[in-house]
This record gives sequence, structure tokens and C-alpha cells, in this order.
Amino acid sequence: MSVAPVAAPSRAETPIVVEATKEPRRFTLGSLPLNLALILLTIIWVVPTLGLLVSSFRPGFLISRTGWWTALAPPFQFTLQNYSDVLQTNNLFTSFINSLTIAIPATVMPIAIASFAAYAFAWMRFPLRNWLFLLLVGLLRFPLRNWLFLLLVGLLAVPLQMTLIPVLSLFKSLGLSGNFFGVWIAHTAYGLPFAIYLLRNFFGALPGDLFESAQIDGAGPVTMFFRLVLPLSVPALASLAIFQFLWTWNDLLVALVYLGSAPQFAPMTVTIANLVNSLGSGYELLTAAAFISMALPLVVFLALQRYFVRGMTAGAVKG
Amino acid sequence: MSLDWIPYLIGAVVGVPAALILYIIGADWLIRRLPDRLQPRLRPWVWVVPALILVAALLIYPMIATAWISLLSKDGTRFVGLANFGSVLTDNSVLIAIRNNIYWLVFYTGLVLVFGLILAVLADRVPYEGPVKSLIFMPMAISFVAAGVIWRFMFSYQPPGQPQTGTLNAIWTSVFQQSPVAWLIDHRVNNFALIFAAVWVWTGFAMVITSAALKGIPPELLEAARVDGATELQVFFRVTVPLLAPTLTVIGTTLVIFALKAFDLVYVMTGGFYDTDVMARRMYGEMFNNQNFGTSAAIAMLLLLAVVPVLIFNLRRFQFQEAIR
Repeated sequence: MSVAPVAAPSRAETPIVVEATKEPRRFTLGSLPLNLALILLTIIWVVPTLGLLVSSFRPGFLISRTGWWTALAPPFQFTLQNYSDVLQTNNLFTSFINSLTIAIPATVMPIAIASFAAYAFAWMRFPLRNWLFLLLVGLLRFPLRNWLFLLLVGLLAVPLQMTLIPVLSLFKSLGLSGNFFGVWIAHTAYGLPFAIYLLRNFFGALPGDLFESAQIDGAGPVTMFFRLVLPLSVPALASLAIFQFLWTWNDLLVALVYLGSAPQFAPMTVTIANLVNSLGSGYELLTAAAFISMALPLVVFLALQRYFVRGMTAGAVKG
Repeated sequence: MSLDWIPYLIGAVVGVPAALILYIIGADWLIRRLPDRLQPRLRPWVWVVPALILVAALLIYPMIATAWISLLSKDGTRFVGLANFGSVLTDNSVLIAIRNNIYWLVFYTGLVLVFGLILAVLADRVPYEGPVKSLIFMPMAISFVAAGVIWRFMFSYQPPGQPQTGTLNAIWTSVFQQSPVAWLIDHRVNNFALIFAAVWVWTGFAMVITSAALKGIPPELLEAARVDGATELQVFFRVTVPLLAPTLTVIGTTLVIFALKAFDLVYVMTGGFYDTDVMARRMYGEMFNNQNFGTSAAIAMLLLLAVVPVLIFNLRRFQFQEAIR
């Protein structure tokens, strides 16, 4: 699918054009400066990660004395000690499990809830339908006269910071803070507007004839949703799932606020942020810890690059 | 996680979707027993109610509550009007945080767009485009906490005379023969050091979207300009960039919102010390370190105010007619 260059792609369409038309490759400037500039920039982008990776395998006494690049020449002194240290003594194994425990439900629940709502928004007529959709998504165009509407839409696209204090006291009074329940619920609610928005646009783009012929065959809305809409929407669901999983896996703020300081619940981001405070420049451990937290996202990235790029570019516009 | 969480985990992953499915099937069964006239009116609400309840409880109500809390005293017992805003806006450290957010807004947004555009245009002209784009996009996958560790290590500093183990200072002292810089502490550079770490993470995002738009430009347009005698640079600035402008604006608004909400990198890399604080970090600090909910909510309100212009711009921009249908 290609996109007209002047038409501003809507937020949901943007990611779909990532693998745009490939036919007219234009290698007009095969010149040396161009290649050099590009390779130089790529090196600048790769070196920080490479330095981290190399350092995580170096013994601590060397890290504080020589730069990581010296490890690339003989004698090669590498060790797995940092990884076993950080996993055993710094709570990182527990944190890895915690991160999974947070991210998996926080991916499944919002997508389940959002897909039902998105289906209604895309294919059912009901009073106030558009108004409600706008209210939930809070992103798009509307007549400026409608001030109430402006207020609601505005409130919904604002930073999470606007919700932290009341939601925390709500969770506290219900006993949901300081354990996984609060984080699950918070991630689910925070993920909903975007998930509904993305899925609604995808569901809405499915051909209407399909629904008509299914209806003629006697299918009700429930049947059409499970037998038609969901199977056809696997790519969108996959992109959304990858995005939501990484969003929650990489999240620091929500976990800091709703989990508090209890180390037995801390996900990796919180544990590593605490390690940075306590270790300061103990980089042999910090680099190993950081790499453990990066491993899963990087595997997802390498294995599912296509869905991943779609999900991230669509998801990054989340307010 | 202790093992007693496993039932809850299964409940959340399997039970919640199963309950939703049962709810939908059951509710639809009930609706089909209603008079024909009522069915289409009620049915959609059944499908959206779970989402609506969550959004109302965790997004809409809290925003109104935060606005109210910003008018209350520190412990939330007295109404103090706009006093919190007064004290926030006369507090020098908050003003520094606001200044830093402006730095983020300008330099982070600008640099990501420029690097993204340059990389997209360059990569478009080489046969190894795919691998280059993958490598540049990769940092988008990792957390800002991990990126913070990566860049703390890049920026690390040893006093002059000691071996510099941080990549940047090693280059700075050996290639440029300068004395080492404490990148994250020195007030002249530390905000830009943080911003550059964020630029490193997000450039891939701008590049991928710009690149897709770039491939949508008909080659004939560029050819026509070249035939008319335009140089490669003229083609870039007079044809390519104007055609990409709408895409760049869309990316830009995303980046602006992110710049206003910057939190993780600052929290991990400097903790907001050495004059690098930003509003989102400060809001968190007021909430947890000072237990001052009134001030904290007032800072959140300022963030909201800062987002509103971007929001209105977005609302006007997006052609919603199509979406409404």
C-alpha cells in the first residue's frame, strides 16, 4: 500500500505504509561521501549499544581501568560472572519474572476489552456513536464550537501525569496499590484509548459486503465478530499486542507510582533504576542488568520486525 | 513474584477475556429477546460498556480530580485557590524545569526530525537500506531505563589524568586533546547530553515514517526538477522537503508531546539534579518525596496547559470526516 505524499497520513494509517512500494529504487548518488556519511551515522547509532554489550561481559576490575573498546583486541578477557552476579544478588531474576507478570495481562486485557468496543464503534449505529468515539480517543477533528467536547477530548489526550494522584489514592483505598492488581488495571485503562482507536480504524476498513452477506446468511453480531472480524484482523491485533507488550515491559512511571518500593513486585525497569542509584558506576553489573532487560525486546524486534515496526510507529503517537 | 500470584495471573490472562466473551454472548442473548425496536439501540452499549467504565474511572474522573486537587493545600484539607500555581511559578527550581522542557521541546524535536530526514534520504539511495534502517530503529525497542544506562556509560567521566572509560570522554581527550567533561553534571552541557540520549532512541521512529513518505513521492517530480537544471540540493530543499512537510508535522507533534512528558531518562540518568529537572519528574518528586499533592497536581495542570495548543493543532489538522463516516 502506498500513500500520496501530500496527504498527511492519519495516525493509524502511518504504520501501514512502512513497507511502502519498493519499485523505483533510485541509486542516483552512489557516491563515496554519501556512503561514508550514512555508514558513519549508523556507527554512531550502534556504538552505544555495542559498548554496553561488550562491557557486560568484561570483568569489573577491567571496566574501571580501561575503555570497553580495548576488549576488542587480544588478550580477550571475557566473563559471564556479571550476569550470574546480577541475577543472583540483585533481585534481577525476580524482576524479570515480575516484568512478565505485569506485561502479559496488561497486554491481553486491554486488547480484549478494546476489540469489543472497537467493533461497536466501527460497525454498529447507536445514538452518540461518533461523539463517544471522539471522547474515548481524544485525538481528532471536531467543530470548535463544541466547547464541552473540546474539554473532554483535551482531557483524554493529556499526559498520564494528570491521572496519577487520584488513581493512586483510589487504588490505595481499594488495596490495589503495592501489588500487581493496580498496575494491571492502570495499564489496561491507559492502553484502551489507543487500542480502541487503532482497532476501530482497522475494523472499519474491512469490506462492508462481507458483513452484509454474513447477515443474509443469518449471522448475528456476536458470530460476525468472532468468525469474521477477529480472524481478518490478526495483523492489526499482532501489531497492537507487540506494541502494548513492549510499552508495559519498558514502562517505568506506572510501575514506580502504583507498585511503590516493594522489591518483591518491582519489574526490571524499577530494579535497574534503583541499581543505578545504589551502584553509581558499577558498570559491570549495570550493563549486564540493562542487557537482560533489553534481551526480550530485541528478540521481538529481530523476530517480528514487520509487525514490530508497525506497532511501534503506530503506538508511538499514543498521547 | 511469589507463587501465590499464579492463580491471579491466570485469572487475568484467561479469566478476564473468558468473562468478557460470556458477558457479550449472554447480553446479546438477552437483547434478542427484547422488542425489535429496542435491540439496535441497546446492543452497542453492551459492547462498549466495559471500556467506558475503565476509561471513566481511570482517565476522566482522575483528570477532574487532579484539577480540583491543584486548588487544595498540601495535605488536601483546605481550599487555597491558585496559591499552588503561585508558589510553583515563583519557585526557581520549577522554573528551571520549565526551561529544560523548552530545551527538550526545541532541540529534541528538531534533532529527531533532522536526523530522521537525513537518514531516510541517505538510506533511500543505497542498496543496504534495510539493515541500516533496522540498526537505527533498534533503540526504539528498549526501555528508556536501559537507554539511560547505555548513555550514562557513554557519558561517564573520570578526573583528568585517569584513563577515560566513557566513550565520549575517551574521544574528547584523545582525538580532540581536550580535558574531560562531566557531561551529566556540567551545567553547560548536561541538558543537551540527556536530550541527545532521547534523540538516539527516537530518530529511528522519525526515519521509518519519513522514509515511507519519501517512497510515496513520484520519481517523475524529482526527475522533472533535475531536467529543469536543479542541483541535487535544490531538489532536496525545494521539492522533497516541501512534499514531506505534512508527514514531518505529524511526526513533530508526536515528538512535542513526548518532549513535554519526558521522565524516564531524566529519572535514571541524573535524577533531576544538576539543573536537569523536567516537569514530569518534578511532578513525581512532589508527589512522592515531598508528599505535596497540591503542588504536584498544579505541575500536572501546567503540563496539561502546555499540551493543549498541540492538541488543538492536531484536532484541527486531522481530517475526521473520513473517520466519522
